Amino acid sequence: MAEKAAEWQLMLYIAGQTPKSIRALNNIKKYAEEHLKGIYSIEIVDLLQNPQLAEDDQILAVPTLIRKFPEPIRKIIGDLSNEERVLVGLNIKPLT
Amino acid sequence: MTNYTTNEDTNFVFPKSPTGIEGLDEITEGGFPKGRPTLICGGAGCGKTLLSMQFLIKGITEFGENGVFMSFEEPSNDLSLNVKSLGFDLEKLKADKKLVVDHVRVERSEIEEAGEYDLDGLFIRLAHAIDTVKATRVVLDTIESLFSGLDNQAILRAELRRLFHWLKEKGVTAVITGERGEATLTRQGLEEYVSDCVIVLDHRVIEQVSTRRLRIVKYRGSTHGTNEYPFLIDADGISVLPITSLRLDNEVSSEIVSTGVPGLDDMFAGGGFYRGSNILVSGTAGTAKTTIAAYFADEQCKKGERTVFFAFEESPQQLVRNMKSIGMDLEKHIQSGLLQIHSSRPSLNGLELHLLKLRKLIKDFKPATVIIDPISNLISVGSEQEVRSMLVRLIDMLKFSNITALFTSLNKQNENFRPDLAEESVSSLVDTWVTVRDMEGVGERNRGLFIVKSRGMGHSNQVREFIITQKGIELLDVEMGPNGILTGAARKTNQLNKEVTTKTLQNELERKDREIARKRKVLEANIEALKNEFESVAEELSILKATEALQAEVSQEKKDK
Repeated sequence: MAEKAAEWQLMLYIAGQTPKSIRALNNIKKYAEEHLKGIYSIEIVDLLQNPQLAEDDQILAVPTLIRKFPEPIRKIIGDLSNEERVLVGLNIKPLT
Repeated sequence: MTNYTTNEDTNFVFPKSPTGIEGLDEITEGGFPKGRPTLICGGAGCGKTLLSMQFLIKGITEFGENGVFMSFEEPSNDLSLNVKSLGFDLEKLKADKKLVVDHVRVERSEIEEAGEYDLDGLFIRLAHAIDTVKATRVVLDTIESLFSGLDNQAILRAELRRLFHWLKEKGVTAVITGERGEATLTRQGLEEYVSDCVIVLDHRVIEQVSTRRLRIVKYRGSTHGTNEYPFLIDADGISVLPITSLRLDNEVSSEIVSTGVPGLDDMFAGGGFYRGSNILVSGTAGTAKTTIAAYFADEQCKKGERTVFFAFEESPQQLVRNMKSIGMDLEKHIQSGLLQIHSSRPSLNGLELHLLKLRKLIKDFKPATVIIDPISNLISVGSEQEVRSMLVRLIDMLKFSNITALFTSLNKQNENFRPDLAEESVSSLVDTWVTVRDMEGVGERNRGLFIVKSRGMGHSNQVREFIITQKGIELLDVEMGPNGILTGAARKTNQLNKEVTTKTLQNELERKDREIARKRKVLEANIEALKNEFESVAEELSILKATEALQAEVSQEKKDK
């Protein structure tokens, strides 16, 4: 993934390996493979290991998915089980 | 026999974290519950953020307890700036690793909710902040913002409950602020979760004067003051004014302080006022109440005692100038730091704030004498009852500190000079009451002064006339006329009359003297004449006798012949 910055940079903030965070990771991987194949990257941040990042990136709820790029930054919280909302939130799909 | 509770039980002191906020520790009897959350709620602009911030800062500066301030509303920079004007330097505390300010931004438009979540992010942030500075005090201001930022109320409520539990477990003393709701104490019913100590702040405006008040709704495991207490936000932050307990067991002094007015001292059997007593000088407009007050202030300053003069009608400069016109130099006392003149319009603050200000001054300046000129002006900012309650507390406070206080009170001009509102409210509380009044005569107005009461001291019953000249106040000697005491022109007339009478009397006497002298002369002349007459008669008699003797001799000679 290091060759060039992906077009879609996603970050997933979790707090340890909880069922919710695993669910969220699986969900976002699935959606990304479906809609953004080849042009995305997902970085996982465990806040338990990097608590300072919670403050720096304004994380409140866990899990939180942040679309860092393309701008503007968007935040989606929850286990991402609601596909519709995730896609709308990431602006992959317009509101139907 | 049953065993009653042991001493250990009764001596138990509920652990508390002192707030360091003036007055608040007194009401809460020691501060907020230690290691438990306290809820502070109130409407917009009533000082929630400031109160909680002050709790943190005082914790750091005075009690060595570090703190975390989690703001959900204002960015950290704004907060620093806001409290800087109150003399708190957040940036320095942050740099010294004693304080963490974390701004949690909750923007609904930026956040999309998709599925289940929890607030572990918040927990981690808080835990991290607490661990960084080893904080024992935490403020969450205003956590209710979460409700407007997040949709899923069920999760939020569950998470909040968890948060407060977690805070308790952590053993930090937390302050949570909440916006006041319509039916509940807080909009989101936070009081359900935080039930150890709930404080309500209130900001209300009565007749265009705003007063902030504070009330402890509940405090588990501790007694506390239950009233509404006014509080003040000023350059030093928040201070709360506890309503004194009216115990009336203050110490008394038998020391006498001079009134400063020549002649007035003599009207009191003791030669002045008792130290620590309250003096009321009442009178109608223009009867020199302020002048008498200034005299008293001047006298105390001359003795080197600190004096505070609250002028609700004049500016300090005006007062100094006016007193200069009667030969009193207040300026030098101000220069030497003995006299402080505070001028403000009574309507500037609510009554309570005036009281608070006074309290602060007394604490900082430690005056021996306080003068309030005039106390009746305060009535314009409150109802009679409020004024009375405020005055009671004021007087109590002054008595407690053994401060001699002189109030002036303006009463309306009326015939029978019945006490006015202010007087009625104060008169039973004051120890000494001096009234100055107008005495209107034919075409002129004179000032008279008398003592209505003086607790614990005999006093003159006379109405003394006084005049104010360039040299100051002068009490005139009593001038008695046929119909009582005379003043002004009548006094002058009387004096003139008296003079005329004496003169006439003297003339009369002299005339009488002269007459007697004349009479004496006449008498003496008469005596002389009579003497002469007698002498001539006696002479005649002796001639007769001689003649007779001669005749007898002649006839004897004839017989003999």
